[in-house]
Amino acid sequence: MLNLDLPRKFKGIMEPAEQAARNVFRPISRKYDRAEHEYPKELDLFSAAIDGMNDGDLSKSAGAAKLKQDASGDEGVRNGSNMQSLAGMEWLCWGDVGLVLTLPRNGLGNAAIAAVANEEQTKRFDGKWAAMAITEPGAGSDSAAIRTTAQLDGDAYVLNGEKIYITSGERTDLIVVWATVDKSAGRAAIKSFVVEWGTPGMELVRLEKKLGIRASDTAQVLFKDCRVPKENLLGSPEVDTRKGFGGVMQTFDNTRPMVAGMALGVARAALERIRELLEAQVKPQYGKPVLNVSAIEAELHRMDAELEAARLLTWKAAWMADNAQPNSMEASMAKAKAGRVCNWITLRCVEIAGSLGYGEDELLEKWARDSKILDIFEGTQQIQQLVVARRLLGLSSAQLK
Amino acid sequence: MANPMGSALSMLNKIAASETIDKIGMRKPLEKLVYAGTKTGFSAISAANRQFKPLLDVVRPTRMRHARTPDLFDLNFTDEQAMFRDTVRRLVDERVIPVAATADEERATPRALLDQIHALGVSLMAVPEELGGAGVERDEVLHMILAEELGRGDMGIATAALAPLGVINALTQWGTANQQAKYLAAFASESFVPATVALNEASVLFDPFQLQTTARRTADGYELNGEKTLVPLAEDSALFLVAAKLTGEGPRLFIVEPGMEGVSCRPDPAMGLGAAATQRLLLEQVKLPREALLGDIDTAFDYEAFIQLTRIGWSAVVTGCCQAVLDYVIPYVKDREAFGEPIAFRQSVAFMVANIGIELEGLRLLVYRAASRAAQDKSFAREAYIAYLQASEKGMQIGTDGVQLLGGHGFTKEHPVERWYRNLRSAGIQYNAFMV
Repeated sequence: MLNLDLPRKFKGIMEPAEQAARNVFRPISRKYDRAEHEYPKELDLFSAAIDGMNDGDLSKSAGAAKLKQDASGDEGVRNGSNMQSLAGMEWLCWGDVGLVLTLPRNGLGNAAIAAVANEEQTKRFDGKWAAMAITEPGAGSDSAAIRTTAQLDGDAYVLNGEKIYITSGERTDLIVVWATVDKSAGRAAIKSFVVEWGTPGMELVRLEKKLGIRASDTAQVLFKDCRVPKENLLGSPEVDTRKGFGGVMQTFDNTRPMVAGMALGVARAALERIRELLEAQVKPQYGKPVLNVSAIEAELHRMDAELEAARLLTWKAAWMADNAQPNSMEASMAKAKAGRVCNWITLRCVEIAGSLGYGEDELLEKWARDSKILDIFEGTQQIQQLVVARRLLGLSSAQLK
Repeated sequence: MANPMGSALSMLNKIAASETIDKIGMRKPLEKLVYAGTKTGFSAISAANRQFKPLLDVVRPTRMRHARTPDLFDLNFTDEQAMFRDTVRRLVDERVIPVAATADEERATPRALLDQIHALGVSLMAVPEELGGAGVERDEVLHMILAEELGRGDMGIATAALAPLGVINALTQWGTANQQAKYLAAFASESFVPATVALNEASVLFDPFQLQTTARRTADGYELNGEKTLVPLAEDSALFLVAAKLTGEGPRLFIVEPGMEGVSCRPDPAMGLGAAATQRLLLEQVKLPREALLGDIDTAFDYEAFIQLTRIGWSAVVTGCCQAVLDYVIPYVKDREAFGEPIAFRQSVAFMVANIGIELEGLRLLVYRAASRAAQDKSFAREAYIAYLQASEKGMQIGTDGVQLLGGHGFTKEHPVERWYRNLRSAGIQYNAFMV
């Protein structure tokens, strides 16, 4: 029965997430924006608190680790882990998206492990923090152009190559590395490997200095004859040209709505703050047509409408995942819409607030820097549009390049 | 449960269970309509001759309640609603789309088609059982579904077909016992009864809360003066709900019968919505009895809720038309070749299609949320407002992209995108729509 409001039971996750956002993230938000590359040690305590809540709801909200397409044969509509994580994610990122990205044990690598690991691997990697290494100097959105190689040699794969833009790459216990087992076989030969930090042959090259999300480290890592146990390959070792990326890409169906959720949180933070600042000038009312209200009021209505459309698209994608419906197109729709709306809203809010918004006394300028990455990582705006276009038009990647 | 009405009829269970349809002799005609698909033989109604007579002696107005919605985020319709949507969809594909271009050109929707849409039973279900209909529950979502699907067929035809439903819903929600008894039963009849809200006025920056049409209190009622634009089916309408500023108070709705002295109309052709046969409604010193004020002076009437429910209805119609654009451009850009390959292979074309898809889905969900909140007795002013705002902005964007994707071909009447471009410009303008 049609209902586009979140169930009351989600309060159990949203209230603690809001508390964490207000009391843990916001107070240190500016500090770690300025102190780039410094580890936010406050988060250790917070993570411990999350872990300590045995089966606590907040542990589901904190990131990508618990994401999984729910394929259980339950009858009826489900509002499950994808939606819960999303609800928590929006609140946490309302606090600070950079800090959320560096929350221990909730990396994108954890999402990949959750999505494709077998039972033995799930157990072995349980409780560890995993980053994701896909991008290379010569291969960004074009994942099929990955040049890092993985050569089977006895009981191990030997990794050679260079990975950049690894979120929390220095801080994690594990890095999930994408590499090709056969350069001539195209994307079907791209596999992902779980590499433990400290494995001989892996080396931290440097940490990036960035426009935003400065609390989150972004690492460059070099792999030189790095031997990874063969049991650390995620998914099937077979190169099946019919399946293409297969398991590797299906991670995105779960993580893209999450990144969209981050964008919702950041955009809402900016919109709420600008409303506070404008409180004396603008009282929201929903009667008069948008042409008959002041320009600033109209602008606030537009931002509200765009953000709500982005939010509903995101909830839809997560809801589909919870109900075992294929959601690749919807996940990309959510990511495309939320990414661009968040970037637009945060930049607009700075402009509206003038030099007040541009200055570091306000977090508005920080959010406007943070927001840009949300329209880039986990697939750029253009990649999302490409995914949506191919699905809508029924075209292959060879036809619509 | 046996289905006595045939699978084509949507709300079969409820209608079939209703004793009222037997009471008023509706079962046979409905069956005939449903089975036959097409129909003739209903004599045209002469609007001015229709006499509304009180059906029963009722003392208290009848309000329909909402069904209870489980506390879960859910994008599924009920089985009943989904079946209804499929039925409307078929009707739109088979009966509405083939005649849409002609109806637009001739500025008239065939009465037989309006009867067929009426035969889906929505009006019957919107009139409470006690008042001669078959309605048990108020269902804004069902009305939204109807609007979206009809909008996919043609916004002008949708405007015409839905106009009476707005009148019914307003009477059901706010009418006094006498008003309900007098007018509602007529809409539960076997054929379409034209009736409409008249709200729009010819002023720049039109604001539905600042009306130029006035209602002045007189010794025994009201005097109405003003002019209404873009009124669908005005020439045939058996009943108008006219929005006017009640002196000393705010905007209210007045029940106006077409035969009254001082009521006249003239054609008001516009950029689009041709099939709605829009007219100007002129009100010159129209003397209305006291009972003409919807909801009476004591009964609570909520003008803002009326506007917001109307915004939801119109946004649903716009959503449907945007879907039609998407459905049309997809095969076109895959088929059309330039530089030796389908233009769909080019990102500038493909991304435009992707963005239509993204914005359309966002708009749809906003409309769904607003309607579902109304159907759950939750507040819905903000949700309706932003849905209407997005319908206005994304609707027009999608309308113009639809023509652009077809290039010069899109500019000609060889393709429906030309009509959709014109019709979609009414997004954000039309208030003579129906409230869900």
